[in-house]
Order: sequence, then structure tokens, then C-alpha cells
Amino acid sequence: MWDLATHSLDVAKLRGARYADVRVMHLRQRDLTTKNGQIGTLAQSESIGLGIRVLANGAWGFASTDRLTRDGVAACAAHAVAIGKASALAKRHDATMVDEQAFVDSWQSPFVKDPFEIPLESQLALLLAADAEMRRVKGVTLTETDMQFRKIDSWFASSIGSRIHQRKVISGCGIVATSFQGDEIQKRSYPNSFGGQHALAGYELIESLNLLQHAPVIAEEAAALHAAAQCPQRNGTLILGGSQLGLQIHESVGHPIELDRVLGEEANFAGTSFLTLDKLNHLRYGSDIVNVVADARIEHGPGLGSFAYDDEGVPAQCTDIIKDGQFRGYLSNRETAKLIGLQRSSGTMRTESWNRLPIIRMTNISLRPGTWEHDDLIADTDDGIFMETNKSWSIDDRRYQFQFSTEIGWEIKGGKKVRMLKNPSYGGITTEFWNSCDAVCSAKHWTLWGTPNCGKGQPMQTMGTGHGASPARFRNIQIGAAFSEQ
Amino acid sequence: MSAARKSNRVAAPRAKTAKTTLSDVRRQHGVIRDILRIAKSAGAEDAEVYVDEVLDDLTRFANNAIHQNVSENGITVSLRTVADGRTARVTTNRLDENSLRAAVDSSLSLAASQPKDTQLLALPRKQRYRAVQRFSKHTAAITPEDRARAVRRACDLAIQRGQIAAGIFSTGESQTVMGNSRGLLAAYRETHAEFSITMQEAPAASWAKSNAGDVREFDPQQLAARASEKAHLAADAKEIPTGKYTVILEPAAALDFVGFLFYDFAATALADKRSCFNERMGKALFGKNITIADDVYHPLQLGAPFDGEGIPRQRVLLVDRGVPKNLVYSRRAAKIARKSPTGHGFPLPNEYGEAPMNLVFSGGDSSVEQMIASTDRGLLVTRIWYIREVDPYEKIMTGMTRDGLFLVEKGKVTSAVRNFRFNQSLLEALRNVEMLGPAIRATGEEAFEMVMPAMKIHNFNFSEVTKF
Repeated sequence: MWDLATHSLDVAKLRGARYADVRVMHLRQRDLTTKNGQIGTLAQSESIGLGIRVLANGAWGFASTDRLTRDGVAACAAHAVAIGKASALAKRHDATMVDEQAFVDSWQSPFVKDPFEIPLESQLALLLAADAEMRRVKGVTLTETDMQFRKIDSWFASSIGSRIHQRKVISGCGIVATSFQGDEIQKRSYPNSFGGQHALAGYELIESLNLLQHAPVIAEEAAALHAAAQCPQRNGTLILGGSQLGLQIHESVGHPIELDRVLGEEANFAGTSFLTLDKLNHLRYGSDIVNVVADARIEHGPGLGSFAYDDEGVPAQCTDIIKDGQFRGYLSNRETAKLIGLQRSSGTMRTESWNRLPIIRMTNISLRPGTWEHDDLIADTDDGIFMETNKSWSIDDRRYQFQFSTEIGWEIKGGKKVRMLKNPSYGGITTEFWNSCDAVCSAKHWTLWGTPNCGKGQPMQTMGTGHGASPARFRNIQIGAAFSEQ
Repeated sequence: MSAARKSNRVAAPRAKTAKTTLSDVRRQHGVIRDILRIAKSAGAEDAEVYVDEVLDDLTRFANNAIHQNVSENGITVSLRTVADGRTARVTTNRLDENSLRAAVDSSLSLAASQPKDTQLLALPRKQRYRAVQRFSKHTAAITPEDRARAVRRACDLAIQRGQIAAGIFSTGESQTVMGNSRGLLAAYRETHAEFSITMQEAPAASWAKSNAGDVREFDPQQLAARASEKAHLAADAKEIPTGKYTVILEPAAALDFVGFLFYDFAATALADKRSCFNERMGKALFGKNITIADDVYHPLQLGAPFDGEGIPRQRVLLVDRGVPKNLVYSRRAAKIARKSPTGHGFPLPNEYGEAPMNLVFSGGDSSVEQMIASTDRGLLVTRIWYIREVDPYEKIMTGMTRDGLFLVEKGKVTSAVRNFRFNQSLLEALRNVEMLGPAIRATGEEAFEMVMPAMKIHNFNFSEVTKF
């Protein structure tokens, strides 16, 4: 691979590129699903190819190919340079970047059990057993399970001399019980909705999730939701479960801190951000107990945003985003760091595959744990609603106004969970929401959730991101608006 | 909001470099034959092969300059083997014989690891397809320089008007060739082109977009001018109270809202009891002015005349004057329901079955201007964004307006207003449609392209307002 990567860099240089970086990537994936006790998807895929990014005449070009021969990659590199020169026809200034060192390294994400070495029969047997457990519950009308495994090798080389090989192993799974009754469809998912939990880990992740133990619990809840009281519409106290808080962090912290959005580079599609440059180090983003980091280092945990180097050859870092409630940092790359006067990229350039351009993406954007025990937090809440497991999410294109709904809610009265609530939802304005946070649970209750499906960029790229969170409490939140006036 | 007079269609490509082109279909037939031969020798009773090829280019601009400019070229083989009542799919882009043999072996190994599927159908035999011509040589010949020049003109317009432009200009071609061991052979190639632009005039923005099989069917500069004009009108937005308003949804907004209905028309979704049409088929669910078909052969549609199983796509009347009448069926769903397959199945194996992917809403004869003129108080909606399903059976959708929300008073647009969040039942909204515009090929960002009219809808529920 290094020979092809080096050859493409040489050709790009000969054709007039001032800078070039190249990624050869080999992606392998296995997808398994079941539905109502039968196999749904049973598929494996692999893809291998090369993508090269160049700076030519002061402008960017990118081309990709699956023709992994010396001629194929040479043509691809020449094409990238031609595209860069075409870009220069509509440039306003030359693209520049902050300096970065050259690194020569090889890294593999830690895992115990290679999921591709686990017999497929046992993987399917586990899914079918979980499916059967859910179908045993009266009132459940649809059961679904899924597992996904990926192994990604990337060989990064750049014209400043970097040569970095990384291998990542990713595992994920989830189960869902749905119940249709009367004029309602209710569902419950475990360990999270929209595909479950995903991590930079091996099959040990699947084994740790105890699917069979949780399957009947969520099935019972899905059926019971029909008879539950409707979530009231009011302003009040809200406690969010960890996975829902993870998505709240993703949407209302992770996306607005992307410096490409802030600088208008995503204005036509993903949108911009309310976090304009004047707000850095001046905005009170949240209450004093809100501390958020962007941490791509493996020490942070086996998150979908963990790596050793980003796809621009910059080492993984931990960046303060919100410290003691104050807004402290953005996600940047080498180019945007230069544009706003930073000394170094925060190392967040990531690509979905060899045929996609690296763009600024979330790494692991996590809320640091607080001090509360979960039971103490409930006991300390006189009147509130606990919501868990995301059902829908939506936020405006500058990331101010959001609305989330969850699969299930629990009314809290006098420090106790007293009854189940259906169709819970809440909404608000990002900074008002985070400033209303008055309690965050401790590290004992903290999980690094994986969001495997974050879409961004044109052409669209899907990326996995990590979000560490433990349950937290928010005061005076607008609750129940999703069902207003319906 | 009138269109610019001067046309700058990208009609005459000025290619200066040799372009890569799609492979000859006959060559891909040969690849398929080779794989079928390998599958047979490896023990597969039957096999099915897709060869997909893409040549896509996308020029992206922001802050009045190109900042990303990409090109993708790849061939993917996806194969499915069948043996002893079991099937599995393997996809690869490694096309040497050893890799293809390994892919076949993997498929057989995956298939063997599962319980026997007693409902697995034999592969379909040779089919007859209606010819469609959706390949434009002009589009295939567009170069990075052509796109850059068009982008430059749009950005120059923004600069002249003190605005900031961002968007994309993409062109590409793709080809799918499919075959199976029972003699089925199908091929489709198309070109596609898209121009999308956001013009920003702080603190506002507006947007325009077009998508077609032939790049000559839209004019990037005209789209830029329209977005620019609306951005200027949107610049001084005031806040108005939330509540129920009459809305005029431009086609892109209507598309991204009602586009979320598509999967509900799948027979498998009804069997799974997750469709909003469960127990509602044949009942007057929408207004009598709502008629919806799925029709890949409509002149404003793109797409292959066959589905993921190789079955010819049929036109299906889904909703007739407000009444849901028909569903779409994969072969498996059709057998269970004792119907004929409609040519809407996804590649097997999958759990979703099928879906209509070429929706055509019947339009009316009211222009957006006439809708505005007939409205005493309402809102003109350019675009909606981040739409998600809050309630799957009542089909309550939430989302935000974006890039130009305008107050209509006494038949005229009087001001721009701050963006709203809606929480609105789609079923209810389609009962409240007062006027329909002519159906056009609409394109948004949340639903795939459909043939869609502008719609005037009363009692549309806006629950929250944002800061801009």
C-alpha cells in the first residue's frame, strides 16, 4: 500500500501540487438483522481504494479510485491536481494550513475478540434468542435485532513525510420491540435506539450487553406504553438518561462547535452555527457544573470518535469545549485553525471511506461526570420527568432551537418514580438548556455512547461519533411540546 | 422573486482533458457471466449479481469560493448465492478472479450459517423491461472547469449584491447491470446533475436548488439570482407568535414534508404494523384533491425500470382522490398477500421488503403567486429542515423552517419572519390542502426527488420560534 500511496504523492507533486495527502483504505463490514424471528439482512461487504487530496494553484482538489495499480493511482493523482487547478478558477485566496509534524506510526484499536472470527452461527443464535424473548410478550407486534461489525485499515501518507497505518475494529448491536394497538405505535429499544450501542471494540461489547436479560423488559414496556398516561405539556424539571443526553450533546454541542460550520463552509447543507468567533472564551454555554471535552484519545474510552491520528495526520487530542460552563474551544482542522489564528489543528478531520474527502467531524464529545448517585438524584427531585431512549431529534440549522422525543418517560413525585409516561418530549434553546443543568451523575453511571450514523458533507458521509454522558437534571424545561395542539 | 432574465445554462461543455467513461455494458455482462460460473462451480444452486459503476463529480463552494472539489470513480460487485433454502449477500470492489471466488465462497458460507428459510423464493427468470433513455452526453461531458466557471458566476453575483454564496454543483453518471443464473439480465444507465445554492445576507439566507438527468434542464445563474433575491427579502425578519397558520409550501418544502410518507406504502410495512395506513386502506384519509402514484416512467423521474430483484417496475396508483387504494409489493410480500409483485423490492436479503421510490403527486393549476393572492394571513415557506417523525401512526412530523419564511397578509408578502418549529400531522395536513400548484420535479435535502406541486394548507401547527 505504501508504494501506491507514495507513487500517487509523487505524481501529484510532479503535476504541480504544493501539498498532497493520500489515504488507502480497506473497509470490511458484516451486517446481521432479524425480524419477527427470521433472518432479515445477512450480508458482508468490503471496499478498498485510494483517495488523494491536493493543493494546486492555491486551491483544493480530491479524486478517488478503486484501480489500485501504479497507472490507476497515477491517473487519480493527476485528476486531483486538475480538479485543484479548476477550483482555483473560483478562489478568493490561497488555501493555507497551520504547520504539523510528520509522523511515522502504526496503531491498532484495542479489542479482545475479533468479531469476524466469532462463528456467525453463534452471532445469529444470540439475535434470534433475543428476538424470541421479545416475541413471547403479549402485545408485541414487531421484533427486530441487529449486529454490525467493521474492520477498517487506513494507510495515510502526506507530502510532509507522514506514514501512518491505523486499524480500527468496531462492533455494535441493538434490539427493538414494537407494539401496535388501537391508534398507536409504541416501541422500546435496548441498549439504545437507531441501531443500539456501538463502540471501538470487539465482540466483547456484544457479550457485555446482556441482550437476553433486557429483551423481555423492553418488550413489556413497549406493550405497557399504550396504557400509560400521556406526557403532560408544561415547564418543569427534566432528568435525561445517559443515551438521550449523549444525543443532546451531539446535536447541541458537537455540531455547533464544528469550525467549518462556524466559518460558513456548510451553510448550504448542514447549516451554520450560533457559536460565532466572538463567543469563544466569552459565552456562558452552561451552568458551572457543565464540562464538555472533545477527546479522541483512546484513554477517553473505546468511543467511535477514538483514534491515534485524524485523517489529516494530526495526533488525537483532548480539547476543552465547555469548562466550568464557559465556551472554550472548537473542532478544527489545519486549514480552519489557520483561518482563526490557532497554533494547531485540534485533530478532527475524518473520512468515511477512501472515496470521500476528510472533513471536520466530531470525535468523542463528552460531558464530564458529576458527583451525584443516580438514586440520590431521583430522591432529590420532588416533581419531574425522567426521559430515556431517543425517539426523534430535530434542531435548527444554527443549532439554537431543538426538540427531542424519547421512547419512554417516568413521572417523579416526592423523590420516587411513580408512573410510566408515553410520548415524552422536550425542547428549548441550546444555551438556556445547558445553563439550567443543576446535577450530573457520577462516573459510576457514565457511558461512552456511540452514534454510528452522523451524516454531514456533500457528497454525504456517515461517521461514528462518541458521547460520554451520565444522567443529568435540568430545571424549568419546556416539556411535551411535540404533541401540542394535536 | 422573479427569475433572472439572462440564461447561463451549462450547455456547451468545454472539455480539455480526456474523461473517464462508464464501462461498456457488454463487458459487465461478461463479468456477471464469470461470477455466475464461479458460483455454480462453488456449489450455489442459484446466484444473482449486480455490477454498479459510478463516476461522480461534485464542486462545493462557500464564502464565494470553491472550497471542496471531488471526484469519485468505482465499480462494485454485489452477489447473492442461494443454496438449500438459504441466501446471503456479499459486496466487494475487488474484481480479480481470486477475490470474486472468495466473495462467492463468503456468500455461501454466510448462507449456510443460518436456519433454512422456508419462504425463500426461487430467483426470477428473464423479464421484459420498458426502455427508458436517461443518459445525457452533455451531462457526462461536463468538466471540473465547466462547473468552476458556473460557480464563479454565481459567486460573482453574490459579491455584486453584498452577499455570500455557498452550494454545490454536481454532475455524474452511473450504471447498474444485473443478471442471475435463471437468465435474467437487466441494465440501466443514467446521468444526473444538481445545483444548489444558499445566498446569505446577514443575518438571513435563502436557497434554491434544481436536480435533473440533463444538466441543460436548469440554469445555475437563475437559481443563484432567485436565492439572492429571496435572501435580500429575508434579511429583516421579525418575530411573530406561534400558532396555526395557513402555509404556502413551495415544492421543495412540500416534498421534504410529505416525502416521509413513502415507506408507509410498502406492503411489508403494513404486515409489520408500522405503517400509518394500517386499518386505513380504502378509507377517505386525505382531501379529495390528493392523488399519489408511483411511476418511474414519468418524464420528470429518474431511475431504473427494474427493482432490486430484477422485476419490472409498474406504475401504481397509491392514493386516489384522498383514498389510499394500493400498496407496492416485493415478490415475497406479493406471495404472502396473494398479489402480483409491483417491481418495488429491495435487493435481498432484507427486512424492509419494498418501497415506492418514484412518487408522483398530482398537481393543480394554482401558481404560488395565486396562492399568495388568495391568502388573508399566512406564511410562505421556502424550505423545511431536520424533519423527524414524532408519532408514526398519526404521522406527526417535527422540523424547522429555513432559508426564507415570509408573512403573507391580505394577499401580499409583507415581511420576513423568524423561523418556526412545526409539529404537524402529515395526515391532517393532507386533509387541509386548499390549493395545488403544477407538479414539478422537486428536490430538497431530506426526501429523495419526487414530482410534487406547491401546496396551500390551512391550520398548520407551529409550536416554537427560534432566534433568527
